[in-house]
Amino acid sequence: MPDKIAITLDVNGKSYDVNVEPRRSLADVLREDCGLTGTHLGCEHGVCGACTVLVDGRPVRACLMFGVQAEGKAIRTVEGLADGDVLHPLQKAFWENHGLQCGFCTPGFLMLAVGALEENPAMSEAELRDVLSSNLCRCTGYQNIVKAVRLAADEMRARRA
Amino acid sequence: MSGIGVPARRLEDGPLLRGEGRFAADCNAPGQLHMRVVRSPVAFGRLLGVDAGEASTLPGVVAVWTAADVADLPPIDFRMTRIEGLAPFRQRVLAADYVRYVGDPVAVVFATDAYVAEDAADLVFCDIDELDPVLDPLADPSPFMPETQPGLLSEPAVVRKGYGDIDAAFAAAHRVVELTVRVGRHSGVPMETRGALAVHDAARDILTMHGAAKVPHYNRDAIARMLGRDRERVQLSEGHVGGGFGIRGELYPEDVLVCLAALRLRTPVKWVEDRREHLLAANHSRDQTHRLRAAVDARGFILGLDAEFFTDQGAYVRTHGGTVTDLAAGLLPGPYVIPAYRVAGHVRLTNKTPAGTYRAPGRYETTFARERLVDRIGAELGLDPIEVRRVNLIPEDAMPFHRGLDTLGTHVVHDSGRYHDLLDRTLAHVGFDDERKRAAERRSAGEAVGVGLGWFVEKSGLGPKDLVRISLAGDGRLEIVTGVASIGQGVETALAQICAETLHLPIETMRVVHGQTDRIAYGMGAFASRVTVMTGSAVQIASAGLLATARAAAATMLQAAPDALGFDGGVFASPAGASVSLQAVAAHFEASGKVLAAEGEFAADHMNYPYGIHIARVRVDRETGGVAVERFIVAYDIGRAVNPLLVEGQIAGACAQGIGGALFEEFVYDEGGQPLAASFVDYLMPTCHEVPDVETFLREDAPSPLNPLGVKGAGEGGITAVGAAIAAAIDDALGRPGLVSRLPVSPARLHALISGR
Ligand code: FES
Ligand code: FES
Repeated sequence: MPDKIAITLDVNGKSYDVNVEPRRSLADVLREDCGLTGTHLGCEHGVCGACTVLVDGRPVRACLMFGVQAEGKAIRTVEGLADGDVLHPLQKAFWENHGLQCGFCTPGFLMLAVGALEENPAMSEAELRDVLSSNLCRCTGYQNIVKAVRLAADEMRARRA
Repeated sequence: MSGIGVPARRLEDGPLLRGEGRFAADCNAPGQLHMRVVRSPVAFGRLLGVDAGEASTLPGVVAVWTAADVADLPPIDFRMTRIEGLAPFRQRVLAADYVRYVGDPVAVVFATDAYVAEDAADLVFCDIDELDPVLDPLADPSPFMPETQPGLLSEPAVVRKGYGDIDAAFAAAHRVVELTVRVGRHSGVPMETRGALAVHDAARDILTMHGAAKVPHYNRDAIARMLGRDRERVQLSEGHVGGGFGIRGELYPEDVLVCLAALRLRTPVKWVEDRREHLLAANHSRDQTHRLRAAVDARGFILGLDAEFFTDQGAYVRTHGGTVTDLAAGLLPGPYVIPAYRVAGHVRLTNKTPAGTYRAPGRYETTFARERLVDRIGAELGLDPIEVRRVNLIPEDAMPFHRGLDTLGTHVVHDSGRYHDLLDRTLAHVGFDDERKRAAERRSAGEAVGVGLGWFVEKSGLGPKDLVRISLAGDGRLEIVTGVASIGQGVETALAQICAETLHLPIETMRVVHGQTDRIAYGMGAFASRVTVMTGSAVQIASAGLLATARAAAATMLQAAPDALGFDGGVFASPAGASVSLQAVAAHFEASGKVLAAEGEFAADHMNYPYGIHIARVRVDRETGGVAVERFIVAYDIGRAVNPLLVEGQIAGACAQGIGGALFEEFVYDEGGQPLAASFVDYLMPTCHEVPDVETFLREDAPSPLNPLGVKGAGEGGITAVGAAIAAAIDDALGRPGLVSRLPVSPARLHALISGR
């Protein structure tokens, strides 16, 4: 077995000391070593986006990045979205608008949308669709996902104002 | 209170939104080993040997098994549609004499780490004497395993059905219309890949498999049989399931292998496939070629339909047996009268991944074929295809309509339907004449825009029966225990709403248990759009039973006659004005050491038949052959909608899958039988760019007389006629009736058609 390296990851504001092989993907490190199984793996080749997390604020495919590359960066996963019992506006909007069925793609879509909306809360419908087209969902036909993100964007904008 | 008909948000969403779901890959047990499957790299060949020498020496590898290690296991048996002659073509858990598709499991590696298991699997060498693969299901049948099973040919069965005097129909024909069409090979492809964790509790001698789905009770029995254990000593447990669509949760070789390994290796064993494996190993579907001949009169009325079709079953016959072919043969006539019908459905084996059911199995294919035929009849007779449909639709006064044949072992009887009425309403709702006019205007302005329509009849509510137990605790918590499975479709919420309709309790206080074989004696699972119909009816019956028991007790408590009690908002009230809540009655039961509970069982001999219409408007790019779906409408009569929000979600999701199958998705093979669509880069599923917002036109005009709720299943009708409607719209856009005869209409294929190559 290749040698393991000791690293410290900053995930959702908590630090995790883990010993991992250099070839281990960030997704596997999060899931298996940090115990954060909310980040899902749908393809492990960068297409489906189920593994999307935020690294220093930007959406990243956690299956395409090595865990060791994430050291020293601020990682955010779906587990860190809600504030205790209070859901994030995006989570709430997904719930209210039936933006999920099986829920497997949901963490990836949530993190993708959070990253995009935090960067630009005033995205147009077309820009939103462009962003959301980078992830796959097999259950919903997307319309309720797009709707939920649009409504959450409105709310996030209103909150900022 | 969220009773029937309320668009309530779902009970199941909380953990899924917070990343707290428990999907198969999220299950772990201390000391677990990781299993990795070594798969055949070639499509067809004699398996001469497997060399695992180098793999076994890798640190961390605990065991490597080949066919010899599992020789005592029987092949995986059929769950459904056990047609005579299929048995020799069942798949063994590891290939023994021959490999028959790229992906056929030949060995399994067990290691302490998933990465190591994968490394070791790469080191296993398969010595295979390659043979020429059979890839064309229309080719003459050829040997299945030439040396070891001499005489066994690749056509295990032909399903024949029919009724009426077909020869007389053709003798009387004004014209005979013929057509050959093909639906490509695609499948459910859920976002979660398959996975399982098997744990043997030696102290109690209970083997538990986590990661079950769809049919946990059946699979528990099947695994117990294969491993020679009592079924009481096998449990299947379903956590969250990342999409089912017919393919997930069937019994596959890998499920049996993890269970066997947990027993033999005396430690938990986990297996999670990667996406490539999923595309190579999980059930494929569709892939039918239909040759249809219709005898029609001058109005386009179909006097007789003579059909022959071929199902490309792939390498083996899996758990579905002949289901897809049987359903296709039984339901091809769809919504039309067709007084005489004859069909031969050929099950053909090829050297591709084995096939099974996928959402609307046999209906997506036959709806495409039949609706293409009706369009062709219109074109050949110079009639409006909508009028041809009107002439052929089963009239309302013929309901219930006996088709005169069987499918899935039940008579096909259309239980209720107002087909002409739905057609009129839908055309008006959509503004169909305007749609056509505007499309024509845009065509004159140079665009290639067209409108198409497809009619479909679905089926739902497959029996034989379902059992439900409901109990109400004194603190107000209600539990509904079912034998059903959840595959992400919102089962918990829908069943809670049905219960709330009778008991007037908030659905948030209800817990719906599903997919746990240790909690209820039997359960048929989640397939064939049966859950709302079968389990929902059982919930309704159990709720009514619980209410009756509570009413009797409340009557005693309130000193009134049971019949005299009113029940509103969860509270019984006597004529004298005294009242007691349902919860208080439950507390009263508890105080005397009893539980307020009831069981409900619902049985059905016949399926019911929801129906609908798909209408598509598309724009074709003549340069690239690309097709943009601009508008899509699904009109669907499901008798009664338990939760319209969820029904619309089912329809939109199914429709997106239908668009995938119509335009993009296809398991393509090269001449050597190598799969060319083995990743999401090559197997193209629609994103939100390719799928429009689907408009649903939900109707409740023809409730089913076959169940107490009047419901028909809603899970499949969003997909059924997508291929048919889009094909018709493309024809219209290009002004070339009958142009599209094959799905998917990929840009390359359409471009070739447009440029006449
Ligand atoms: S799992 Fe990372 S993109 Fe699919
Ligand atoms: S909700 Fe199932 S994949 Fe998106």
